Amino acid sequence: MRRLLFIAPILAFAVLIGVFFAGLHRDPTLLPSMMIGKRVPTFDLAAVRPGDQGLRTGDLGGEPVLLNYYASWCVACRAEHPMLMRLRAEGVPIHGVDWKDEPEAGNKWLIDRGDPYLRVGNDRSGRTGIDMGVSGVPETFIIDKQGRVRYRHVGAITEEDWSQKIGPLMQRLKAES
Amino acid sequence: MSAEVGQFALILALLLALVQSVAPLWGAWRGDGVLMAVGRAAARLQAGFVILAFGCLAYGYVTCDFSVALVAEHSNTSQPLPYRFAATWGSHEGSMLLWVLILAIYGAGVAVFGRTLRETLQARVLGIQGLIGTAFLSFLIFTSNPFLRLDPAPLEGQELNPLLQDPGLVFHPPTLYLGYVGFSMAFCFAVAALIEGRVDAAWARWVRPWVLAAWIPLTAGITMGSAWAYYELGWGGWWFWDPVENASLMPWLLGTALLHSAMVLERRGALVSWTILLAILTFSLSLVGTFLVRSGILTSVHAFAVDPKRGVYVLGIIGVTTGLSLALYAWRAPAIRSGALFQPLSREGGITLNNVFLAALCATVFLGTFSPVFIEMFNGDKISVGPPYYARTFAPLAVPLLALAVFGPMLNWKRDTVRSAFRRLRVPAAIAGVVVVAALILAGVKFVVTAFGLGLAAWLGAGAATILGRRWWTGRAYLLRAVRTTPRALFGLTFAHAGLGLVVLGITGVTAWHSDKVLSMQPGDTVAFAGRTLTLSALETVQGPNYEARQARFTVKGKGAPYTLSSERRFYPSAQSQTTEAGIHVRPWGNLYVSVGEESASGIVVRLWNHPLIVWIWLGGMTMAFGGAVSLSDRRLRLGAAVKPAVLAQPVAAE
Repeated sequence: MRRLLFIAPILAFAVLIGVFFAGLHRDPTLLPSMMIGKRVPTFDLAAVRPGDQGLRTGDLGGEPVLLNYYASWCVACRAEHPMLMRLRAEGVPIHGVDWKDEPEAGNKWLIDRGDPYLRVGNDRSGRTGIDMGVSGVPETFIIDKQGRVRYRHVGAITEEDWSQKIGPLMQRLKAES
Repeated sequence: MSAEVGQFALILALLLALVQSVAPLWGAWRGDGVLMAVGRAAARLQAGFVILAFGCLAYGYVTCDFSVALVAEHSNTSQPLPYRFAATWGSHEGSMLLWVLILAIYGAGVAVFGRTLRETLQARVLGIQGLIGTAFLSFLIFTSNPFLRLDPAPLEGQELNPLLQDPGLVFHPPTLYLGYVGFSMAFCFAVAALIEGRVDAAWARWVRPWVLAAWIPLTAGITMGSAWAYYELGWGGWWFWDPVENASLMPWLLGTALLHSAMVLERRGALVSWTILLAILTFSLSLVGTFLVRSGILTSVHAFAVDPKRGVYVLGIIGVTTGLSLALYAWRAPAIRSGALFQPLSREGGITLNNVFLAALCATVFLGTFSPVFIEMFNGDKISVGPPYYARTFAPLAVPLLALAVFGPMLNWKRDTVRSAFRRLRVPAAIAGVVVVAALILAGVKFVVTAFGLGLAAWLGAGAATILGRRWWTGRAYLLRAVRTTPRALFGLTFAHAGLGLVVLGITGVTAWHSDKVLSMQPGDTVAFAGRTLTLSALETVQGPNYEARQARFTVKGKGAPYTLSSERRFYPSAQSQTTEAGIHVRPWGNLYVSVGEESASGIVVRLWNHPLIVWIWLGGMTMAFGGAVSLSDRRLRLGAAVKPAVLAQPVAAE
């Protein structure tokens, strides 16, 4: 019985290392989304900016847009934010979802740092995150003219991501009928 | 030329590390003194070659040798010299070289200063050390070679990430690594003890200074990292529960537990197998810290090498070192003589409780950091754990631990009584009570949590002072002698525990009373904020050595003399990136933090923060590290100083 106490650490460690090895081969930045090619699930999110109209499924589509998940408690979002502001200044349409966050905190974020979003909705329970398969924030989906998810980007958008993947894809989607 | 010399030096170091892992272990097994001596020589030589390799890389950086790929990627002629030098460890490859450098120097330290150790123990420690060295040198050479050439060499290099061009970077990673790698020594001693099948007081006397020597820089490193994030990332927070921060906090928590349990082992011969387990786990978590940063498992703003291939290698190293040592533990530890029993209410009992809390805190952080990985594993969902998780789980465990930290040093070894323990704590309890009541009266009942936070800080501070106070009060007839004969370790204990009090003071102050404001300002505008008035006196473009900045200067009028503060947004053309330099007015009672944002027609966005007492968080952390250093300078801990080799040669020291 006492012996078991000494064996416990190695057993626990064996489980851990197994999980890590499995986790390593799932590159989070390349995770294909189950949503690729599908329509964005129906949602209707409350406003983040007071007096604003929030974000609904119907707002997506018409032209290719970025759907960006953020949260005021998210560190990587802070790093990503200047990039979003730049894209906004360049005229890239971006909608935002304030994920698992208080709308007041989400709004304060936009006031403090600048507001890159056309429409922005609050998803306090994280419900749309589950529907969309969001792994964590920041995460960005590219939605085409028909309102279908075409690409999922996990983590902050960097200069390189934009110039090599997301930007060209947006150009292509714009050309689609 | 220097790159090739460095490359050869690294390869020779790897071969020597192989010798260092095989010869002494074999020698200790066969009782062959020559082979054990070969191990010592190999450790010294290996350190020499790794120092040479590191020097070659640093030389490449300082002289802007862009034919070395790594230099071209992280250095630039316009970068000031200190940052060119610091860039040596600013990249993944360079930081791993630094890791190996510290490891090799520590190994040489055991070889040179370890004469007082039993020869077989020293040989086994060196052998295990050599195995770790082999693993990391081969990692460096085969997956992240720092000396690859670039042909043709570019005329100008790319730049080091501007966020990292800061005095903080010059010191932060080396101190953190000193800590991470330092715990490898405790690990080597633990594994060597398991192989030998015995642990004695001499072993503990050797382990404690090494643990302390790792704990001091790790404490300082975490504190510096927090301060760096505060002023450089430009949003005025001091801890973010970021995976990389957690990766340094976990070994710190377990290392702190190890520091205390090694004391029990040294003084009382108890907690033997627990101390060994802690030594193994602390080093494993240090490796996990490396692994976290270098793999794609968890992404973070701090990570500067996200590469799954390297992750597999590091994970392999962790798996083998931790797996083998834990297997060895399961096999050998039950046979090791377990030490003396003790009463629950005693110094040993207090330290055991401290260990339980620290281990639980470490588990909390571990779960918070890795649960996203696990949950995804089991049901495919990906989740994120934010600061709310830590607020709910970390604080309720940390507060009782802090309250109990005052009791431990007051308890006698072996046994004690509740009543006498409480009697010794009358003074700090009274002081803490007065602080709580005074805070409630001054700040109002609404601030009840704050009042108790301040009370806890006072309790820790006064409790630490009582450690010295009681000793000196007893010897007050010969006060000068009483002060002079006080062991340094006791001063160290006082500083370390008082430092905790300062950290609590800072956290309480900034959590309860911080305030902020965001507005748009034109030059000449004035704003009232937190009892001060700020005027934007100038807004202009200035030229730095390798950047261009938009600088805003403010005149601040408060209670004291007026002063100016400046904040700027820097643009680094060669890195094509932007950083914000905040203007911070640091005072013991609070900081004024100003940071500027985008400019538009309506003016420049200005963010103001008032952070009362925040500076005590870092002063407290540094006080703790200082306490550790004072303790390390204690004569009793100086390696082998008070120990005769003859005593050490005995198999098990009598307790």
